[in-house]
Amino acid sequence: MSAVDWSRLQFATTSIYHFLFVPLTIGLAFLTAILQTVWYRKGHPEHLRLTRFFGTLLVINVAVGVVTGLVQEFQFGMNWSSYSRFVGDVFGAPLAMEGLAAFFLESVFLGLWLFGWDRLSRRVHLATIWAVAVGGALSAAFIMAANSWMQRPVGYQLNAAGDRAQLTDVWAVLTNIVFAWAYLHVLAASLVTAGVVMLAVSAWQLRRGATLFQHSAKLAVIVLIPAAMLALFFGGRLGINETKYQPMKIAAAEGQWTTCQPCSFSVFQIGGGNNDQTPTKIIAIPHLLSVLATGTWNGQVVGLSELQTQYSQQYGPGNYVPNVFIQYWSMRVMAYGGVVLLLLGLWGAWLVWRKRLADAKWFVRVAVWAIPVPFVMNTAGWALTENGRQPWIVQGLQLVRDAVSPSVSVATVVTSLTVFVLLYATLGVVDVLLMARFARRELAPTDVAAQEEQPALHFTY
Amino acid sequence: MSLVSFWFIVLVVLWTGFLVLEGFDFGVGMLSGVVGRDDQGRALALQTIGPLWDGNEVWLIVAGAGTFAAFPGWYATMFSGFYLAMVLLLVALILRGLSFEFAGRRDGRRWRRAWSAATTYGSLLVPLLIGVALGNLLHGVPIGADQEYAGNFVDLLNPYSLFCGLTLVLLCLLHGASFLALRTSGEVRGRALGVGRRIALPAAAAVVGFVIWTQALAGDGSPLSLLPGGVAVVAALVAAWQVGRGRDGLAFAATAVTMAATVVTLFVALYPRVMVSTQGAANDLTVTNTASSPYTLRVMTVTAAILFPVVLAYQGWTYYVFRRRVGGTDTTVADSTAGPAPGAR
Repeated sequence: MSAVDWSRLQFATTSIYHFLFVPLTIGLAFLTAILQTVWYRKGHPEHLRLTRFFGTLLVINVAVGVVTGLVQEFQFGMNWSSYSRFVGDVFGAPLAMEGLAAFFLESVFLGLWLFGWDRLSRRVHLATIWAVAVGGALSAAFIMAANSWMQRPVGYQLNAAGDRAQLTDVWAVLTNIVFAWAYLHVLAASLVTAGVVMLAVSAWQLRRGATLFQHSAKLAVIVLIPAAMLALFFGGRLGINETKYQPMKIAAAEGQWTTCQPCSFSVFQIGGGNNDQTPTKIIAIPHLLSVLATGTWNGQVVGLSELQTQYSQQYGPGNYVPNVFIQYWSMRVMAYGGVVLLLLGLWGAWLVWRKRLADAKWFVRVAVWAIPVPFVMNTAGWALTENGRQPWIVQGLQLVRDAVSPSVSVATVVTSLTVFVLLYATLGVVDVLLMARFARRELAPTDVAAQEEQPALHFTY
Repeated sequence: MSLVSFWFIVLVVLWTGFLVLEGFDFGVGMLSGVVGRDDQGRALALQTIGPLWDGNEVWLIVAGAGTFAAFPGWYATMFSGFYLAMVLLLVALILRGLSFEFAGRRDGRRWRRAWSAATTYGSLLVPLLIGVALGNLLHGVPIGADQEYAGNFVDLLNPYSLFCGLTLVLLCLLHGASFLALRTSGEVRGRALGVGRRIALPAAAAVVGFVIWTQALAGDGSPLSLLPGGVAVVAALVAAWQVGRGRDGLAFAATAVTMAATVVTLFVALYPRVMVSTQGAANDLTVTNTASSPYTLRVMTVTAAILFPVVLAYQGWTYYVFRRRVGGTDTTVADSTAGPAPGAR
């Protein structure tokens, strides 16, 4: 394996790991803020207890998300210095804006929220958790703007030497249509993630008779249903735009080698990797791929083979087909998972409506085990979007193999990858143990709220 | 003033802000085991930075991202060239950051000990590595005509850069001790004062040595190049005289100014270069040959002009909210002397 391959492996590993924490942070910050708002307006102590309970999970999770985010920021320069030189003019700006507009907001106000329970008025303290939530959502906006530019570069022009992309229109970068749908999709997915986690934890607690958690289960269900529907809808809109700007990505997601019109969608298929252009489609749904990819009943989807010929003519000889297996299955994992979670939400809503949630044995059992689903889906989503961009690092402008740091050797990257993998594995175990410990913690039946409002001298957060 | 010079100044401000603010966090982290002898004492010492450190660290993130945006060539060469040092720095930042969060979440001696070690050694390693890295910008590293780093890890370990690392660690210790004295009371404050008195002289001596060495390495003797060094020396002497003597506000102001002036000294000696090449001055990276286009710099200027004052306002407010001394009953003493970090912003 070359330095490019190792660098890719490292970036993929650390990004996927980082993104296990990010969506939960973004979503859970909003759900915690909602719980605290309900407490602020109604004054029932149970909402305060739930706020603090889920706030603790949020804080543990934020910590890992923040420190693993540092690795991401450093890696552009460390491993992809040629990329950084080529696109820094365009790509650096949103990252700097993210720091100024979002990270300060999130970090400073999280400190105020954690330590400010007895120092701030209730109203101001409520505002701090909302500031944390807004900060998280804003940071995703800037990073998605930067990422969307890699999928569909806009608002730039190449310099005379052709070795640098220079920003000419920042507004175009921030209104990129791919960015709009991708960002909304990520926000909805974050709420789905947090909704499922809150539902699963509440279900676990309900199984043990902690009826207090009916409130949080109800909130989780109320958020989960629209969030899952929106995530599917926004993802669909994003797909249609990708068909326009990255047709290879969508054709590979269906394993569609030949051009078709109208195009059917296979529920699953056997075979059909990069070396097998005649997969056996099982249960083909007519017209569905046309609808998903183009938004029309009879839309045309250009096949991989034709795109490959086209790209070879346009950009020179080379293999422009991404890994089809990853594309095909990551798309399905995400879509099927989304539907499953939506059904779970609807099941929960029905039980809430019939006021039978607390004693719905099967529902709480299933809900507890639903916890890994959104994380698998989030990972699949990134696999779909980033693997589908290959072999480009910036679609049509720079290949991944031209983006790597020329001064960094294979041995160096292998060293750093080993360090990160060992460190991340350890932290993963620690984090899961801590999250599980706090998620399963019993709340004392009375007076906890009053006690918790006075933080002890030692670490209270 | 040209836009590229303005952005160099912005980055100096970000580095200065980061080291003045997070500098005392590093000091508190390193000293937490010394001034707080048991778990309770340690936790008390760390409580002084609990609500603040995360926001302080964002200054580093913004300095990094700001370099990427304004000087992509500098960012690309520095981060790829210092690769293994950056990996170490990341590991230290990760373990240290998590230690604040995780240490108190479980009982058990081994758990606490492990995270205490992460706090202490992480807080030591980060300023050491950053000091060495910044020192290398000025000392020079092998950089070819293609702006790519042409050296290896060992090239980073030259005497000047190591001395910069040592100076920064000592300065963080002194800054942390004066911050602890300002923000605690009782026994912990007493021990912080004692530590401060012991570190004051070596730290001041290191700053004087740093200023002289830097002048010898890169100074041109002009008033502008001598000014920050002079301020650093004077402030270091005031700090050496005042830290541990009971006038906590003055002592903290002195260590904050020393830190700021020390950082500025290095960057003033560096300008207009951003990374010196040991392979000839023609290969030096400068503000002009690494900068983004004027349009990007203008966009970033407008963004910073709008957002930066807002950030300063709410971060300053945080310092005001948490101005009281921790851990004691005599909060009246605190309110008379403890303001938000003076000179810090």
